[in-house]
Amino acid sequence: MDKKMLSGNEAIARGVYEAGCHVAAAYPGTPSTEILENIGEHYKKDIYCQWACNEKVAFEIASGASIGGARAFCAFKHVGMNVATDPIFTMGYAGVNGGLVFVSADDPGCHSSQNEQDNRYYAPHAKIGMVEPSDSQECRDYAMAAFRLSEQFDIPVMIRMTTRVCHSKSMVACGERQEVPVRPYERKTEKFALLPAVARARHPQREASLARMEEYANDCPLNRVEGNPDAAIGIITSGISYQHAREVFGDDACYLKLGLTYPLPRKLISGFAARFKTLYVIEENDPYLETAVKALGFGHVVGKEKIPICGELNAEIIRQALTDAPAPETYHVDAEAPARPPAMCAGCPHRGFFYTISRNLKRIVPVGDIGCYALGINAPLNGFDYSICMGSGISSTIGLAQALKRQGDPRKVLGMVGDSTFFHSGINSLIDVVAADANVIACILDNSITAMTGHQQNPGTRYNLMGEPSPVIDIPDMVKGTGLAPERIRIVDPLDLPAMEAAIRDGAAVTGPFVIITRRPCVLIKEVARANAGKKCVIDPTKCVGCKLCTRIACPAISFAGGKASITEGSGCTGCGLCASMCRSGAITKVGG
Amino acid sequence: MVKRILLVGVGGQGTILISKILSAGLAQLGYDVKMSEIHGMSQRGGSVTTQIKYGDKVYAPNLGLGEADIIISFEKSEALRALPYLKKGGSIITDEREIYSVPVLTGACAYPHDALERLQAVVPRLMVIRAAEKAEALGNIKAQNIVLLGALVRAMGLEQADWHALIAQMVPPKAVAMNLAAYDAGYAME
Repeated sequence: MDKKMLSGNEAIARGVYEAGCHVAAAYPGTPSTEILENIGEHYKKDIYCQWACNEKVAFEIASGASIGGARAFCAFKHVGMNVATDPIFTMGYAGVNGGLVFVSADDPGCHSSQNEQDNRYYAPHAKIGMVEPSDSQECRDYAMAAFRLSEQFDIPVMIRMTTRVCHSKSMVACGERQEVPVRPYERKTEKFALLPAVARARHPQREASLARMEEYANDCPLNRVEGNPDAAIGIITSGISYQHAREVFGDDACYLKLGLTYPLPRKLISGFAARFKTLYVIEENDPYLETAVKALGFGHVVGKEKIPICGELNAEIIRQALTDAPAPETYHVDAEAPARPPAMCAGCPHRGFFYTISRNLKRIVPVGDIGCYALGINAPLNGFDYSICMGSGISSTIGLAQALKRQGDPRKVLGMVGDSTFFHSGINSLIDVVAADANVIACILDNSITAMTGHQQNPGTRYNLMGEPSPVIDIPDMVKGTGLAPERIRIVDPLDLPAMEAAIRDGAAVTGPFVIITRRPCVLIKEVARANAGKKCVIDPTKCVGCKLCTRIACPAISFAGGKASITEGSGCTGCGLCASMCRSGAITKVGG
Repeated sequence: MVKRILLVGVGGQGTILISKILSAGLAQLGYDVKMSEIHGMSQRGGSVTTQIKYGDKVYAPNLGLGEADIIISFEKSEALRALPYLKKGGSIITDEREIYSVPVLTGACAYPHDALERLQAVVPRLMVIRAAEKAEALGNIKAQNIVLLGALVRAMGLEQADWHALIAQMVPPKAVAMNLAAYDAGYAME
């Protein structure tokens, strides 16, 4: 066996590969993105893989592959699973042909997400299997087990991960790929054509197979009792919380470590719980296990009354919650580190867009979305008022415009999505803006890449996940396809401030829909970085009058000290020149390139 | 016995590479190693942290307040931010480099230029090194991470691993010589 230091995400990709998977799809989202990236990088010879335009599409690609007899996989972050739940719930009734496995990567602590929803509840809700790995080795092992379970019990299986499992590295023993033949495809309308009559018939079959699967869960290698059998403390736990529990209690407790957490092994849990007067459930976020343990009649179990529901856990939090260990001693100084929020990069094309927004707040109410441009919210740009989820940056403007109109607010609502978010679901939002003749400005900030998650390809880029050239879907053509009049569609370079200003003023001046597409590629794209090599801006200190106009664009390359602005060496200045267009004393010039 | 290392810096400073080399070296020494890094929103110039734990058997990959044996800080004010994670008796190795965040650049908040003096007053085991400056003198400021690696190896007494070979494996071929020099310089720093 070959041992490698792998992250949880890399180990999932490895397990999916070794399990003989044939088809994989995903939409990028932290902390899940590297799973499909790894499949694309290392296993594309054996696994057809692609970025789908959203999570629902990804799961439907996998569903079709499974119905066709192939082993199929997809992955998304927790909020991405919300988008995919429509087909997931129905495939819960239908079941599978080839194994159907997916990852939900949850984000306790909201490291990079808009909420910390606990997706374990989706498993009983959708009536699908669930496994929860607690480290990288289990990620590889459980991915393989999930395919077996999916086929054995004719059920989709969710691998529920969390940020700390996805992004932690530990040693993994790997094996070889098992070649699994694609199962024959047969027309089976009584199983897969989920019309009402079929659905009614499938539901009791699913209940029966869940009961069989629970019997299996009561006695399967994924669920185990370990630790000190004579200890006074019993602990029921799963996922990363198992690691925290072991770190705190070591051999002073007996553990029921659950890997297959839906269907829950109720007989196993009851047998374990009955042995301990002191019984803890240690789990992150919601009381998923605790509720089940209580429902089995073990009212003495201690869980969320001591362990926080909110935020990410660590061993120290558990120690403070459940033991009388003293609070950790540390050092304290009476000084604060300065806020260091992530910021748009030097040269980022979004900066010109947001600067123009910040100058027009008397005319418009800006609404944000998910992507690098979410960084535009910070002062001094103050680039939007709220953001909810993928695509809402355009769709919610329709309702907001109605609300503002009813209170006599004359400002026009301006919504924004990025190129990948436009393909994800913003396109639906735009269709409604046009169809409803809504009085809004819809902006598509096209930087030619899915940037925030680390540069994945999307339908507007020239390559696919497998590194092959792919057709480019043209955003302006799609917008024109809605039938919106050409004079209401503006394509601008966001760093061209006069053009940007004119577009927003023109959009605000007319009643009804107006679309602005800003086009300039992300400066971190390799070819762009290469083309920008050697270019930079310089500030002539003899001409700088210290007016600070150039700091209004919040560029991390510009410092201000001693009454003068300067470009910091090594700060990533790309010579975009936005600061030069701010300067009224001619102190800034573009050089190089 | 489990040891806990906390690496803190600013997005883009190369904390990920040093933690890769470090965990490979610790594995070579026969330790159970877990490394946890948080990225996503922390790219784009935000604060970045990586946590490494090693010992006979490591369970949780992340650490809590007051648990770090050592903090390696790539930037002065980040050492201040990470301080609550240092255990009493633990050490800090920090670069004296200052990197200004956008709120500092725009004047929305002040930069604590006296961070080191403040830390020195309370943390007995504080080592301030000019890692970025040394790396720049050797040819590329990006080798700051490897200078810090050298200092860390010495502080934690991890000399038995073949760090030179590991560095040579994990940095671009044309940068090997400079990075080895960076490691040696960091190791020699007092």
